Amino acid sequence: MELIAIGFGAILVNNVLLSQFLGICSFMGVSTKKSDALGMSFAVIFVLMLASAITWVLYNLVLIPAGISYLYLIVFILVIATLVQFVEMVLKKYIQGLYKVLGIYLPLITTNCAILGVATSNMQNGYDFVTSMVYALCIGIGYLLVMYLFAGIRERLATAPIAKPFKGIAIALLLAGCMAMAFQGFAGILA
Amino acid sequence: MKKESSVSYSAIMKDGIIYQNPVFVTVLGMCPVLAITTSVMNAVGMSVALLFILILTNVVISAMRKIVPSEIRIPAYIIMAAAIVSCADQLMNAFTPELYSMLGLFIPLIVVNCIILGRAEAFANKNTVVASFFDAVGNAVGYGMALLVMAFIRELVAKQSYTFYNPFNSTQSWTLNLLNGEGFLNLNILNIDASLSFFATPAGGFITLSIVLATLAAIKSHKASKKAKKSALVKEESK
Repeated sequence: MELIAIGFGAILVNNVLLSQFLGICSFMGVSTKKSDALGMSFAVIFVLMLASAITWVLYNLVLIPAGISYLYLIVFILVIATLVQFVEMVLKKYIQGLYKVLGIYLPLITTNCAILGVATSNMQNGYDFVTSMVYALCIGIGYLLVMYLFAGIRERLATAPIAKPFKGIAIALLLAGCMAMAFQGFAGILA
Repeated sequence: MKKESSVSYSAIMKDGIIYQNPVFVTVLGMCPVLAITTSVMNAVGMSVALLFILILTNVVISAMRKIVPSEIRIPAYIIMAAAIVSCADQLMNAFTPELYSMLGLFIPLIVVNCIILGRAEAFANKNTVVASFFDAVGNAVGYGMALLVMAFIRELVAKQSYTFYNPFNSTQSWTLNLLNGEGFLNLNILNIDASLSFFATPAGGFITLSIVLATLAAIKSHKASKKAKKSALVKEESK
């Protein structure tokens, strides 16, 4: 039951993009086409799960027993940076199809704050391994959902008549604000 | 010679603050701009933290630019930034606990803020230590200005007053009433609460930033059209 509440909260109520403001750069940058949004989202889910698992193991089984938990930030960012490189190499060598879809988005993920943010909040909330994985997956699903919806709207926006000062990023932010308002409504379901 | 270099340093600062403002012009590092600008105090804390971190990373990276091989420069930058941010994170946790709990996740997340790596890659690894220092100051001030503009708007509309506190001792606090009952401009004439707490919510953050960006774009295009008209007039007169 607790897992369901955490998962539901992560997808809808505390959505990673619209409520926690993690990964806004990719939200604004790669959401002009639905196919780009999907590719980026799957790359994020993939790396998010792997990074959460590895950082959880390292933090709880290495850093805490060694008494150096204050070094978590350096360890986490190292794990994420090497992981992204490693995943890119493995995909390129063995899974060409997936590499073609995700390849160009992977380098962008190292500096996507959603990955480091989720790894850090797993640590701060003291989640156990299963909860961390469920949380990471649901954050990823929430990311996918909002990216896809937002890209769908922005595709139509390209042909819409927009007031000149709002052209570009301003209208996208306004739209994101409207979406965030809609997602705030989900808070009532959980309470 | 001396005069020339001082001019270029002020040009570097101006670039960071106005012409290449990280938030309003290049639209980088948006996460904290939206997340923590619910109060002016948060914005000040974040700006000061970023100022120190950016100066340190820029100076260190610039000082080591000839030692670090260019193939592994990005991982090296990330590690240097992570070490410096870790120190800032621990210091803030120890000395400014109230501010630290408000800013939460966004202090460690400065590591992946595009500004840190962006300035390292675009400026610090090609320029001298002193120039990198001024570049860091300019960019951090530009970023802080954007945070403050957002925070002043959002806190005023949402709460109609500003609350400040001593970051080292949060029991000392002051409230500046502006639009509510005790303020100099009273909007509660009919006993109607005119505060729009919506602007403190995430949705309010997106919408405030959108309006600020659109206003700046409108001012810019207005100025440009004025200039164009002026130059057209001058041309006609000279004919």
